Amino acid sequence: MASFKPTKIQVYPKLGEKVTQDTLYWKNYKAPVQIKEFGAVTNIDFSPVAPHNYAVTAFTRIHIYGPFSQEPVKSFTRFKDTAYCGRFRSDGQLLVAGCEDSVVRLFDVSGKVALRMFKGHTKAVRVTDFTSDRYHILTGSDDYTCRLWDIPNSTELTSYQEHTDYIRCGITSKLNRDLFITGSYDHTLKLFDARVNKSVMTMDHGQPVESLLLYPSEGLLVSAGGRYVKVWDLLKGGQPLVSLKNHHKTVTCLCLSSNGQRLLSASLDRHVKVYNTTNYKVVHNFDYAASILSLGLAPDDESIVVGMTNGILSIKHRKSSEETKEISGQQKRRPAYRVFVKGKNYVPKQDDYLVSKPVKQHLAKYDKQLKRFNVSKALDTALETWTRFRKPEITVAVIKELDRRGTLKNALAGRDERGLSQLLNFLVGNLVDPRFAPVLVPATEMILDIYQSVIGQSPVVDVQLQRLQDLLEREIGYQQDLLEVLGMLDTMFTSSLPRKEVPCSGISRPNGLAQGDASLTVL
Amino acid sequence: MVEHGDIRVVHRGGSKINFREPVLSHDSRLLLCASGECVKVFSSSTEECVHDLQGHTDLVTGVLLNPSNHLQAYSCSADGTVRLWDFTDGILIKVQLHCHHVSVQPLSVSVFVYLLMCMCVTLTRLLSSSQGEYIASAKGLHLEVYFFKKQKSYRFSLKEDNKKGAKNTFTCLSCHPKDDCIATGHEDGKIRLWRNFNHKREYTYSTLHWHHSAVSSVRFTPEGTNLLSGGVESVLVQWRYNQETQKDFLPRLGAAITHIAVSPDGELFCTAHSDNKLTVIQSCVKVSAVIQGLVKGESVRTDLMVDPRSKALVLNGKPGHLQFYSLQRDKQLYNLDIVQQEYIHESGLQQFEVVKAAFDTRGNWLATVEERKQKDSTLELNLKLWAYDEQTQSFVLNTTVSGPHEARITAMCFCHTADSQTTMLVSASQDGHFKAWQLESNHYFYEGPFWSCDFVGAYHSLVPECCCFSADGSLLAISFQEVVTVWSPASWELLTTLSQPPGAIRDLCFGRQSCSKYLLGTTAKNLLCCWNLLTCTLEWSTSMDVSLLLSDPLSENMAAFCSHAGLFVFKPSEPRPLFSHKAICSGKVTRAVFAPREEMLESCEESSQWLNRSQLYFLTQYMDLMTFITKAEEDRLMASSKRLVIDDSVAVTPFYLLLGKHRQQQQEKQDRSFSAERNQLPQGSVAIKELLHTPAHVLPSASFLCSMFVRSLLISVTDKEKKSEEEEMESDKEEESECEMEASTMGQGQTAEAQETAAPALTKAQARELRRVKKLDHSWLSSLLDS
Repeated sequence: MASFKPTKIQVYPKLGEKVTQDTLYWKNYKAPVQIKEFGAVTNIDFSPVAPHNYAVTAFTRIHIYGPFSQEPVKSFTRFKDTAYCGRFRSDGQLLVAGCEDSVVRLFDVSGKVALRMFKGHTKAVRVTDFTSDRYHILTGSDDYTCRLWDIPNSTELTSYQEHTDYIRCGITSKLNRDLFITGSYDHTLKLFDARVNKSVMTMDHGQPVESLLLYPSEGLLVSAGGRYVKVWDLLKGGQPLVSLKNHHKTVTCLCLSSNGQRLLSASLDRHVKVYNTTNYKVVHNFDYAASILSLGLAPDDESIVVGMTNGILSIKHRKSSEETKEISGQQKRRPAYRVFVKGKNYVPKQDDYLVSKPVKQHLAKYDKQLKRFNVSKALDTALETWTRFRKPEITVAVIKELDRRGTLKNALAGRDERGLSQLLNFLVGNLVDPRFAPVLVPATEMILDIYQSVIGQSPVVDVQLQRLQDLLEREIGYQQDLLEVLGMLDTMFTSSLPRKEVPCSGISRPNGLAQGDASLTVL
Repeated sequence: MVEHGDIRVVHRGGSKINFREPVLSHDSRLLLCASGECVKVFSSSTEECVHDLQGHTDLVTGVLLNPSNHLQAYSCSADGTVRLWDFTDGILIKVQLHCHHVSVQPLSVSVFVYLLMCMCVTLTRLLSSSQGEYIASAKGLHLEVYFFKKQKSYRFSLKEDNKKGAKNTFTCLSCHPKDDCIATGHEDGKIRLWRNFNHKREYTYSTLHWHHSAVSSVRFTPEGTNLLSGGVESVLVQWRYNQETQKDFLPRLGAAITHIAVSPDGELFCTAHSDNKLTVIQSCVKVSAVIQGLVKGESVRTDLMVDPRSKALVLNGKPGHLQFYSLQRDKQLYNLDIVQQEYIHESGLQQFEVVKAAFDTRGNWLATVEERKQKDSTLELNLKLWAYDEQTQSFVLNTTVSGPHEARITAMCFCHTADSQTTMLVSASQDGHFKAWQLESNHYFYEGPFWSCDFVGAYHSLVPECCCFSADGSLLAISFQEVVTVWSPASWELLTTLSQPPGAIRDLCFGRQSCSKYLLGTTAKNLLCCWNLLTCTLEWSTSMDVSLLLSDPLSENMAAFCSHAGLFVFKPSEPRPLFSHKAICSGKVTRAVFAPREEMLESCEESSQWLNRSQLYFLTQYMDLMTFITKAEEDRLMASSKRLVIDDSVAVTPFYLLLGKHRQQQQEKQDRSFSAERNQLPQGSVAIKELLHTPAHVLPSASFLCSMFVRSLLISVTDKEKKSEEEEMESDKEEESECEMEASTMGQGQTAEAQETAAPALTKAQARELRRVKKLDHSWLSSLLDS
């Protein structure tokens, strides 16, 4: 005697993103902490020394946050106008910032008042940075010049006036104290050597340059401008290596993950994209609420900090391994292990008489009803609220099974107002799903046949039926539109494609027209 | 024409065992059932076939225990004979010739003769009460009860159908062994219990209703306490007699119940099922054994195949299953559940059916297609791929492709290459496409290897009908109606098209081995064409009405079955057929397969050489599995069966062993001492042999035998023996020493055989006594046996 074979639930392939190592890694962050700043957050810089505080430049202030604090540890508010580009020195002791009023200020991280003020620029200073020897400051300004300043004497060392538009980004070499690169709205990147008084290398980005990034090895340079992210090989004299166009608005910020394997780009289109630096393919994508102006990544990727145009600073912290375990442990409290092994490891002795207990087959609720041929009850169980919303495939599988048994009509008939409206509710939700439509469309026809006599008797059912009708009309409209588009595409393909000698290949062909054409060419 | 006198077409197993009601022996240990032209005796505990009672020359139509001797059974057959068998030993005892066509189902021997005489062929069921007072028969809407004593019959009729749509046609009946009660089953699932039927007017009946469709069998247990019934639902229902509300059920017996039998002691029930299965059920309603024959439906949707691993014949069996049937042992090995759904036993319901199946060369992969077509809904198709699991020794589902094509799949085949790592499956469908499926190693979503579509091809939006891979797997031929296209599976390039109008291609086959450059095809316009693939031209064609074309995987031979059941075996390269045979069976040959032999035959005759490496099995229109057998093979089989018979007659009793051993010793001694005159050795005489070999129950009583035996001892010895008595004394001593020798070897227990241990050790005195008995004259026995 065979045992009852349970209803087979069809496994549908999961739609959407593929699950890769990268998605697992980048999804392993907690829900973001959001902090409201006074204005658009233009720059985020992490301190190179532990505990890795970060400076957030927003409107006329620079706030320094601790790694896990939601309140600023420190604030610099002595700016006359909008502050720009607050950056830490490599020892984490000093902070430099430009300002709309063309003055560059140098702060002690523990102090409040500016230690030095560098005056000389004539327009807003958008770019500031320390050189690798820690005694000089690089600044770039909207007056088309970039300058080097000496910190101890607070004097200007050199000024380069090669750009022909605003300088909006710049970076100093971490390996050589004399090298620095600037990017400007004149579409060029220029590499300067402080030992000579002019640029040594010029690269054309093609769009106003918004952000620059050097690889730790400093052989490769990444620039962002317009919708493009471009990678340049400096060792080959500034040869363009690759050009990425994955955003649909201006890319504003670039960042490198701590191991140098992943590149992050943030854009005004509200996305942060993660690239693999070996093949420059997008491996992950973050969505944010507003256009992103600045992006910061803590050492070891411990947190991702994003500043947006609406003044919101969003901080995501990485989940620690214990936390992930704890959460899953809390969700489901299962019986202890010894409950399951109780008596299982008892070894029978020689004289023991073994009474074998028949193994009881575990069946789902709907299967129990199906086993007893209670078709209506089986459908009721499958239409329970939780199943209906969370696992519609189970409900569909039960309907399919009832159809196979030839008893679907019996199961659907004889329902009261509540039962019928529940059923119709399910149909409205899932009827147009292409995975379920082959099963649900005949069932819907059956329902309409059975209950056509009660139309107009109950307002609840009538509302549901009206919804169903609307849904179907909309769906028919969509299908028509799609067919029209398909027809247009076919005409385009047939007129544009060269006639191939290879017989039709590929996974699927749109319709009979192209198919006939393809097979004609075979001869 | 080639001479084919020494090749014969024979039936090969797989006959129906559910044709008639099975019979359980008195001790419930043996189960008898009619199976084709023989009666099979199964053990009800081990499910093994104990004996095959062969002798009838036509279909056996009934089996019945002999009521006067419970170790004998009658069988009747369509050849007009009734035979009496000793079924425990498998011996034919008596043949009664009867001129008429015997096809009734006798159910009680007390009326056996009556049945034979009345020849009620048209009656559906016949039954008599155990006391033999009356006999009941039912036909259509009438129940007729005939009383022997009164010589009178009563007839009860039911209306055809009442207002509620009940169909009252009788389907089966059973008489209560003690009470005057007849249970009848009806078309609409009702069971009626008739009482008081010895009066024409005052009869009554009560109705039991559980079955939803026709009751196919009802049966009372020997004590009359329970009533068993079964039908299409494949549920055995046990009703308590007089307490009909209490029922026991045994559900999911696998297939519709056709017959129910109960052993005379009531210990075991046996149900016969429509899928050629017998189920032995204990009286506590628990299945204890299942005897499964070859399942044969109305048609074989899948082709006949041979599993490369088990060499078993594979075809679709019970609904939704694929059966593996061992041709050598005539036994079903196992059923593979393809559909994996609960089977609903209801007539008129469209179920999933396995329609196509294919094995790859090494038997690692099995591909199956199941389909279900409802009246007005779309066709449901599933393509399933099964991997062979070494651990469980069976196939495990690997990939399910739901809806692989939009219409019916017309053909499916695996690539034949034996050495390549990648396997390929090609399926062709009525939707005008063919698809190639390949094993993919890994995927982000699925674990382990799985199958996915590799290529979709079409040709002029014609419907592909057949597909075939060449022997080395480098070419794929697909026929699109009248055109044969040849593709390269490596690059999916269309290499060439071959067409030989007129007529759509029906069958395609590549040549094997030395003939691999040929491609053969048959067309609907009765042409057999052979293309040469090197020159891409038609090599030859002949007008021939071929219904089936297949190639032997182990040789270059091909077999073509004509629609009038003719067979031609030929090599594509030679103009003359190797073998031809007209009308191998009645009707058309529907399916055929070349099954490789376990050991090659060493036949050098030209006409039978094609049977050396593989054997050709085929299914006729009437679902008989048949094969070809050569004379030499037949002789060998006969010899082996004869040897078996001789072995059987040597009943291993301690007494016989003892005598046999002494006989051997004495024969040796005779050779030594020239005492050839003593020809009257007891165990040598025919009479003694018969006495020893005849079952004890057919012998006269022991007291009767004893007196005669003792009397025979009084007869004096002859003169010759007196003379040789002195010699005898000497030889006695020798023998004694020999006996001792043997005893010592037995003590060591190393070479002692089971037979020797079974024989009780004899004391010297007993041995001497025995020897004296042997010398006596036993002519008395032969006279006894003659009388």
